[in-house]
Amino acid sequence: MKNVVTTTELRKSFKSKKGVVEAVRGVELHVGEGEIFGFLGPNGAGKTTTLRMLATLLPIESGEAMVAGFDVKKQPHEVRRRVGYVSQAGGGDRLSTGREDLILQGQLYGMSTTDANARADELIDDLDLGEFAGRRVVTYSGGQRRRLDVGLGIMHRPDVLFLDEPTTGLDPQNRANLWELIRQLSGSGTSIFLTTHYLDEADVLSNRLAIMDHGLIVAEGTSRELKQEIAADSVVVSLKSDEGCSGATELLRQESYVSHITTEADHLRLYVDDGVAALPKLLRLLDGNGIGVRTITLSEPTLDDVFLRHTGRSLHKAGMNQRNGDSE
Amino acid sequence: MKRFRATYIIWLRDLKRHFRDRARIFGSLATPIIFIFILGQGLGSSMSAALPAGSTTLDYKTFMFPGILGMTVLFAGVFSAVSIVWDREFGFLKEMLVAPVPSWSIALGKVVSGATIASFQGCLMLILAPLAGVKLTPQMVVLLIPTLFLVAFSMTGMGVLVASRLKSMQGFQMIMNFIMMPMFFLSGAMFPLANAPAWMDTLAKINPLTYGVDALRSIMLTDFPSRYPFAFDITMIVLISSVMLGMAIATFSRQS
Repeated sequence: MKNVVTTTELRKSFKSKKGVVEAVRGVELHVGEGEIFGFLGPNGAGKTTTLRMLATLLPIESGEAMVAGFDVKKQPHEVRRRVGYVSQAGGGDRLSTGREDLILQGQLYGMSTTDANARADELIDDLDLGEFAGRRVVTYSGGQRRRLDVGLGIMHRPDVLFLDEPTTGLDPQNRANLWELIRQLSGSGTSIFLTTHYLDEADVLSNRLAIMDHGLIVAEGTSRELKQEIAADSVVVSLKSDEGCSGATELLRQESYVSHITTEADHLRLYVDDGVAALPKLLRLLDGNGIGVRTITLSEPTLDDVFLRHTGRSLHKAGMNQRNGDSE
Repeated sequence: MKRFRATYIIWLRDLKRHFRDRARIFGSLATPIIFIFILGQGLGSSMSAALPAGSTTLDYKTFMFPGILGMTVLFAGVFSAVSIVWDREFGFLKEMLVAPVPSWSIALGKVVSGATIASFQGCLMLILAPLAGVKLTPQMVVLLIPTLFLVAFSMTGMGVLVASRLKSMQGFQMIMNFIMMPMFFLSGAMFPLANAPAWMDTLAKINPLTYGVDALRSIMLTDFPSRYPFAFDITMIVLISSVMLGMAIATFSRQS
């Protein structure tokens, strides 16, 4: 697969009153053609800064970046023709109508008025903007604005679309709709690079993802690969009688598929390579030795486990204590 | 010409947007009307002494009218430029800057559209001229329109220059207090600068609006002795406009 985004040792720091803030500290990334690439990390991790450098909005301090086949530093103009960018704040001139915004966007990308009109009609159809395309953007709901923002981003049929936290602030229904839209775009051949601080978004929507923290990529791969790296599903077994605990622990420790075992009060937590395969074996073993099981729960690792493993803290908590330097 | 496409597109968008907003077009006439007909009427009797000799027949409202015209253009131009800050806050500016068009072309578009809007607002004001005792002849109007545009161009250029450095709308209040109001009061719009103290005179000399107001007054008030020759005013305005435009484009391009 061809890469549409490749970066090596990408860096960027900002001067602030408190000194120099290293927002991006040597990022290496590869985004394949046609992929939905998720860029996950807490607020302030440097996601937006990275994205803005790739979209030519911020000068690259050091390192290399190739986007859509062109060097961002040397040929920003060529890159701009081939990328779409939807910022966190969203775009669109609020006092114009959605349709006018689309046409303006097309014209800025060099389309003739006729082409821009035709393309706007096409997008209004594709994105279901019909009802409100003729209204001023100020009157739009959050979900409607987001759809228009995406429309603006793809007006010129870019090879790569950068979406900066596209679903932040959307209700679940609109969020699902937007995911669907992003999948459709990806299906039609546009490579998508999106940042998010939602675990489920990175997990479900993206084909591959990178986890960023404190300006560095701490993990990259498919969601499945990253979870497998943790190499364990966790199984929580609670027993009918507490006395069985030590016996069960001894017994299970012998098994080759159990990689780790901990005893917590009245239950055991085991880590196994493949939970689904291990579960029947576990039950058979315990039953065969006369140890009664009250409940047994199998849980797959989540991206939060992955984040925890690489950074030593949970993503939920990480977002709260961060500096809020991600947006600008 | 291809490089000026963005300039044209942005000019067209801003104009469309302005003319759709009828309330704003007529609303922006409220302040000048208040100045001329309330302040002008109220101060009229005491101001007549301050008006230079040889213009005893000149009503204060008439004297003030070209100044208020200058004020209209100053405010409309700067307000229009401030839309850059809005666009920045709401993300639209980023989208424009990611587009494969040179950023100077965008900045120029903002200046030209602001200047067009501001000079239009100025022309609209001319309807009120008879009420202020200004007798307009067709020749005057022919001369006024390009002059208004030039003044508007320098004011908008300054507006874009300032707006490029503003990060948020909060900063705009500062601009009002520290730039626009002093510029207006030190331009000779409200009172003749002939008897002003030296410090005020110096400030007036570096105030671009001084030349604008003086030029407008030269055209409209034939029996009023203007501060500078008309040609000098125009030269100064052209000079200031070019400098402002250059700086505005440089600043706008750098911040992006």
